[in-house]
Amino acid sequence: MSNHLISETDLHAYVDGALPAARYVELENYFSVQADDAERVRAYLVQNQAVKAVFRAVLDEPLPENLHALASPPARAMLARPFLARWSLQRSAAGFVIALLGGVAGWLAHGQDSPPESVARLTPLPRQAAVAHAVFSPDVRRPVEVDAEHEDQLVAWLSKRLGTPVHPPRLGELGYELIGGRLLPGNTGPVAQFMYHDGSGQRLTLYLSTENASNQESAFRFAREGKVNVFYWIDGKFGYALSASIDKDELARVAKVVYEQIERK
Amino acid sequence: MDSSALLAEIPRLRRYARALLGDRAAADDLVQDTLERAWRQLMQWQVGSDLRAWLFSIMHNLWVDQLRRPVLPTQAIDGEDFEVPTRPTQADEREVKDLESALCLLPDEQREVVLLVALEEMSYTAISAMLGIPAGTVMSRLSRGRERLRLIMDGQQPRLKVVR
Repeated sequence: MSNHLISETDLHAYVDGALPAARYVELENYFSVQADDAERVRAYLVQNQAVKAVFRAVLDEPLPENLHALASPPARAMLARPFLARWSLQRSAAGFVIALLGGVAGWLAHGQDSPPESVARLTPLPRQAAVAHAVFSPDVRRPVEVDAEHEDQLVAWLSKRLGTPVHPPRLGELGYELIGGRLLPGNTGPVAQFMYHDGSGQRLTLYLSTENASNQESAFRFAREGKVNVFYWIDGKFGYALSASIDKDELARVAKVVYEQIERK
Repeated sequence: MDSSALLAEIPRLRRYARALLGDRAAADDLVQDTLERAWRQLMQWQVGSDLRAWLFSIMHNLWVDQLRRPVLPTQAIDGEDFEVPTRPTQADEREVKDLESALCLLPDEQREVVLLVALEEMSYTAISAMLGIPAGTVMSRLSRGRERLRLIMDGQQPRLKVVR
């Protein structure tokens, strides 16, 4: 018998069913001679069951309305909060630096136990676009904030919020019709998302940001985030990203049409 | 992340928060904060990755923030006036109350690990990754938390255990 090889971790892994199958017999042999540990493990097993039993009822409680509502994308006002907060921080640069240093100092002071939430991290364009696509395109109830029937209002609203004229490209010749659009928080300010669908219900989104500070241009680039394919390019302060869970070649075809229409303007 | 996937996670978030905080209203507030922050930080979610783990880590961070905040002195309102039925059967209420209050006697970081294991059946490595602590720390918190809980439930004063 190899009792000296049984560690405290093994005892807990036994309780939690986390041991390799071969070791259970070994542990049970050990318990037959180590009554104290055997009793302790029995108590922990009961404990696990009791904890689950006590809180099981919570799973069946009807959800309070406020929590139920938060399963859907919240209204504009709430999503707008973080970038407004960030914007006002940037207006007072000193305040921003102090906050940042404070955050870092706080993190260092508190050691390793709690990793900080990242402070003002910049997310790359294709990733922002892919996440926005993955979140909103499956939404049946509220995929867009303003629908295509009110395209005039949509264009006026998004242009005003982005501070520059924006128009959804026409993709009808490729079989994609506009569903509508929404405003989203980007890294430092608002960004726009237009959504399209084809006859089969396949959805495609165009993500448009105006926060590219470095003013360079880029060729077409391709990225993949999970199941979402993204073509994106930078033009001056504008960043464009076209996302869909469709074949790369087909997406490239659409991206080319989008690009041509935008360049013509 | 679509609405139905998120909706499906809410009951588990509520259950865990309830066990962690021992208070219904405070727990639902924490869940609400978690969901709001999740929507605001969507960009940090890896498409196709484990939604539950991500939500639990957000909740953990918010909870740690709460613990660090200095507590305002408050006056407790008499609970009798606002009694809310929490369970359809109250027969085992005494036992329930005992375990709930015993859990509240655990140090916060031990209670957290015990609940993630017992309630959420999260693996030790997943907990280590989520909390950003070494696997050995997870095990020592689990070990101490379980033993302390056992002693409290047995009606014994938990003793300080000398480790090695």
